[in-house]
Amino acid sequence: MGVSTVADELRCLIAADTDVVQARQTGRDLAAEIGFSAGDQTVVAAAISEIARNILMYAKRGEVRFTKVLDGTRQGLIVVAEDDGPGIRDVSRAMQDGYSTSGGLGLGLPGARRLMDEFEVVSAPGQGTRITMRKWKRASA
Amino acid sequence: MEVPILKQGHYLIASIQSALSDADLSQLREALIARVGKFRARGVIVDVTALDVMDSFAVRTLRDIAHMARLRGAETVIVGIQPEVAFAMVQLGLTLKGIATALDLEEGLAFLDRQAQGRIDNRQGHGRIDRG
Amino acid sequence: MVKKDAPPPPQDGSASPESTQALLRELVAHLRQNRTQLREEWARRITRAQLLTAMTEEEIFAEATSVYDNYVEALETGTFEALQAYARNLSERIIPRGVETHEVVGIVLLLRDVLARSLFAKYHEDFNKLNRILDAYEPAANRIANTVAVGFVQERERIIRQQQEAIRELSTPVLQVRERLLILPIIGVIDPQRNRQLTEQLLRAIRTNRAKVVVIDITGVAAMDSNVANQLVQTVEASRLLGATVIVTGLSPEIAQTLVTIGVDLSEMATVGDLQGGIEEAERLLGYKVIPYAEATQQA
Repeated sequence: MGVSTVADELRCLIAADTDVVQARQTGRDLAAEIGFSAGDQTVVAAAISEIARNILMYAKRGEVRFTKVLDGTRQGLIVVAEDDGPGIRDVSRAMQDGYSTSGGLGLGLPGARRLMDEFEVVSAPGQGTRITMRKWKRASA
Repeated sequence: MEVPILKQGHYLIASIQSALSDADLSQLREALIARVGKFRARGVIVDVTALDVMDSFAVRTLRDIAHMARLRGAETVIVGIQPEVAFAMVQLGLTLKGIATALDLEEGLAFLDRQAQGRIDNRQGHGRIDRG
Repeated sequence: MVKKDAPPPPQDGSASPESTQALLRELVAHLRQNRTQLREEWARRITRAQLLTAMTEEEIFAEATSVYDNYVEALETGTFEALQAYARNLSERIIPRGVETHEVVGIVLLLRDVLARSLFAKYHEDFNKLNRILDAYEPAANRIANTVAVGFVQERERIIRQQQEAIRELSTPVLQVRERLLILPIIGVIDPQRNRQLTEQLLRAIRTNRAKVVVIDITGVAAMDSNVANQLVQTVEASRLLGATVIVTGLSPEIAQTLVTIGVDLSEMATVGDLQGGIEEAERLLGYKVIPYAEATQQA
């Protein structure tokens, strides 16, 4: 059973810090539409906030795309954040997850990854960055 | 969007009403610091009940506020962090270590009162700091 | 099955009598015309094969009617979304009745056979035609069987997950024993799912009960890997963000070691040996003083 898209893609341009708020609000609204728990809506919004802010900080400009998805009985949200910025030199290092509680520093990638179910980074110096993340709705009682 | 800041006795209370952009948060920080100095405030309460997401920038800003307030002799308490927000924060690895947190405005005020009392007791030689 | 050479399919996609579409249409017409007897034949076969024993004959017949109609419609339209939705809906109804996977697969295959047999009966004089009809029918029929079976299995899995979640919810109660004091006794194995649920429940309870102190007792937890230990630390930190002080009790030497290994500063985490001690410490923090009954009555 292949992955099939339920709805069309929604795009948010990221060029100013108010766009970060817009992007995470959009993500939260979509998560709510899918039926994510309040906790998971917040988690999705937080991950989007981190990633969108990264775009702003490092690439100055980019976009975040949202797609609702249905895979068998699983419903989920795919978020793709893309920019043409300087790219990440050492992706694996940026993704290092040291469970650090110092928090708030660096790229926020490991944190965002911990929040989402699936997380993929494609990036190279001079070639921009594309981050794809997915979260699935949990079966609830 | 400006955040309303109220003065209650020796305390300043900033109530965040809705989602704030990075610029709004920076503006709040500047406004609070200015007022702490101006009114010689002894305590600052930032009510984040309405914040549906606390990301790294928000946490950095709150830390800055607490740090700068302390330099000017005021204790800061963050109140109203929602359960879902707290959950997302710890998963992201964001903490407010070293900054007081309380459930709501009432608890925040009680905390500041105890702090103030502790300082008075200290000055009067009682030497007992209430952990609260 | 011996096949004679079938005429090549039309290159220009025109609706010649030989095209798959046309054959399917003929097939669908046949199935609709003979709906009543085919459906009955199928219901008979289901009973003979001793399937769907959890249901009464009337129920079987009613469901058989729906399945039959959906089946024929899928053949006609070539789309399977409606069938998929129906399959899940049907599964949702019959799973609580105790119907099992092999029964659902069984009845769909029986329907496929009943319909195939009727095709044999109708076209047995024109072997060529029979072949072409079957060529059109088989892939569609198999896809239908697949769709229904998979739909059933997915629904079953969803229900199982739901039940597991409910059990987890029941087995991690947050207790309020004093005003502003919550106790969370954790017993048994903690997996990440349960941990997450536990944390969410606790945080909600802190807010609802306006708790100032939480005692998390892990006496009943045998072992903890570093992932779960991390999550425990996160639970403690999240509780602090809501203004609650957390005391962890029942820390075994092994778990203490795990926590140290992952870099937790145990001097930062308030720990007390056992639950009783933890509650007393909590009461102290809350400003309660437990005085002996005699003294209390004297003071009154």
